[in-house]
Amino acid sequence: MLNVDGVPTLDDVMRNFPSEERLIKGFVAVHECYQDIPCNPCVESCPVHAISMEKLTTPPVIDFNKCTGCGNCVASCPGLAIFLLSLKNGSAQVTIPYEMMDVPEKGEKVDGLDRYGRKVCEADVARVVKLPSLDKTSRTTLVTLEIPRELLPVVRSFRRR
Amino acid sequence: MIFTDVMVIGGGPAGMNAALTAAESGAQVLLVDKFQKLGGQLVKQTHKFFGWADRGAGTRGFNLAKQLAAQVNAHPNIKTLLGYEVIGGYPDQTYLAASWEDHVKISAKKAVICTGAAERMILFENNDLPGVMGAGAVQTLMNEYGVLPGESFLIVGSGNVGVILAYQLLQAGAHVDAVIDVLPKLGGAYWVHAAKVQRLGVPLLLRRTVLGVYGTEHVEEAVTAEVGENMEPVAGTEMHHKVDVVALAVGLMPLTDLFQMLQVRTEYIPELGGFVPWHDELGHTTNPNVYVAGDAGGIEEATTASLGGSIAGLVAAKELGFPVDENRIQEYLRALSSFRESSLSKKVLEGIERMRGDSNA
Repeated sequence: MLNVDGVPTLDDVMRNFPSEERLIKGFVAVHECYQDIPCNPCVESCPVHAISMEKLTTPPVIDFNKCTGCGNCVASCPGLAIFLLSLKNGSAQVTIPYEMMDVPEKGEKVDGLDRYGRKVCEADVARVVKLPSLDKTSRTTLVTLEIPRELLPVVRSFRRR
Repeated sequence: MIFTDVMVIGGGPAGMNAALTAAESGAQVLLVDKFQKLGGQLVKQTHKFFGWADRGAGTRGFNLAKQLAAQVNAHPNIKTLLGYEVIGGYPDQTYLAASWEDHVKISAKKAVICTGAAERMILFENNDLPGVMGAGAVQTLMNEYGVLPGESFLIVGSGNVGVILAYQLLQAGAHVDAVIDVLPKLGGAYWVHAAKVQRLGVPLLLRRTVLGVYGTEHVEEAVTAEVGENMEPVAGTEMHHKVDVVALAVGLMPLTDLFQMLQVRTEYIPELGGFVPWHDELGHTTNPNVYVAGDAGGIEEATTASLGGSIAGLVAAKELGFPVDENRIQEYLRALSSFRESSLSKKVLEGIERMRGDSNA
């Protein structure tokens, strides 16, 4: 629970979740930023102005219809609290920012983990990209996993085997 | 004797910004730091910083340190004295700085003190056994010197320092057994920092304290237990953790020795981390030639330390008679208050109010 351990519940997540109709069109950014941290790199990083913020200390609002799923905000978020989700072509995929040294390779099988690091499924690494962030000297690795469709709101981490 | 208009003590985010704004105003600045490298705590931070994107947010801490140090080193009005610790301050505005080899005397019309903070320790059985260390010490060894001081870590304290350390240890390939906290909920870390560590499988164990560490020559095991309502350990809830390092992230306290030596009035303000020099929003202390910025004036974070440093540098230069655009000071003050509109700043604001209130009593 957020106010106990900082981890959102499924209820918290589902309160602000893209529609199936939007997810079928392809990647869309969702954030799990629930605190009034004074922070705005996500807003600045968005090339299509899909992320807005009333003021520095309010959580961001993502316009799912404007969002093109480019992933710039995922790479720029200091809290690693933005993910991309997609249901395009019948395949459920989640894109996770990953800052560990042992970056997996495309095609690798990994364990899909929930928000407490518990294994909930097997997952295939569908894509690994390095995106520039606002920090010009350091790029951020984004790993996209193909996961079971019903776990789209659940899988937010992975472990290599 | 080195003569300077403004001496800035401490080369972290507050000190580097103070040096820059004072120098930009025309003052000759001497920036002294006891370490060989500028950056303070920023150099240990691998995460991208929160805050305004146009004020460096989104940039990793060690890169922010590099950017600021490059500006400091490029400024013709700033001289740096690295590897020297200011250990004495006297009523005639002279100071003594010592290195391991020698010492120098400094005469400074104004001093901006940005000495930061020291880590707190807690009591438990065998807490002097090698392997028990401050979280900041682990970060220094790991991130500055490239030495991982252990294989398996127990972290005590779930504020930002504790959970960020857990994350950095995972990045360095170490095992993090758990982050524990005596509180019934997360001890002040940003939720997002705590969430990113837990989803990598590090358990956060709340209402739990360290009873002791055991081992023949260094830590081989730590024992923790749950605490009851009265904060006393509950028998039968012990857990044995096979770890070789117990990292303490149980809070920071401002480094105020120099202020006390310089006859600055200090106040005990728990919300700000302990004894702090009384100061106003411009960084004035009760000594007209001594200013404060950053964690030395109260534990907060790097963005507010930077803003406070920029303000104190401008104010010190202005009070030496250099032309300073008043709007710049006001702009930094506005930025500071909009940053502190967050509920996360509530405790700090209460502390500041209490500190200033005490002065009127």
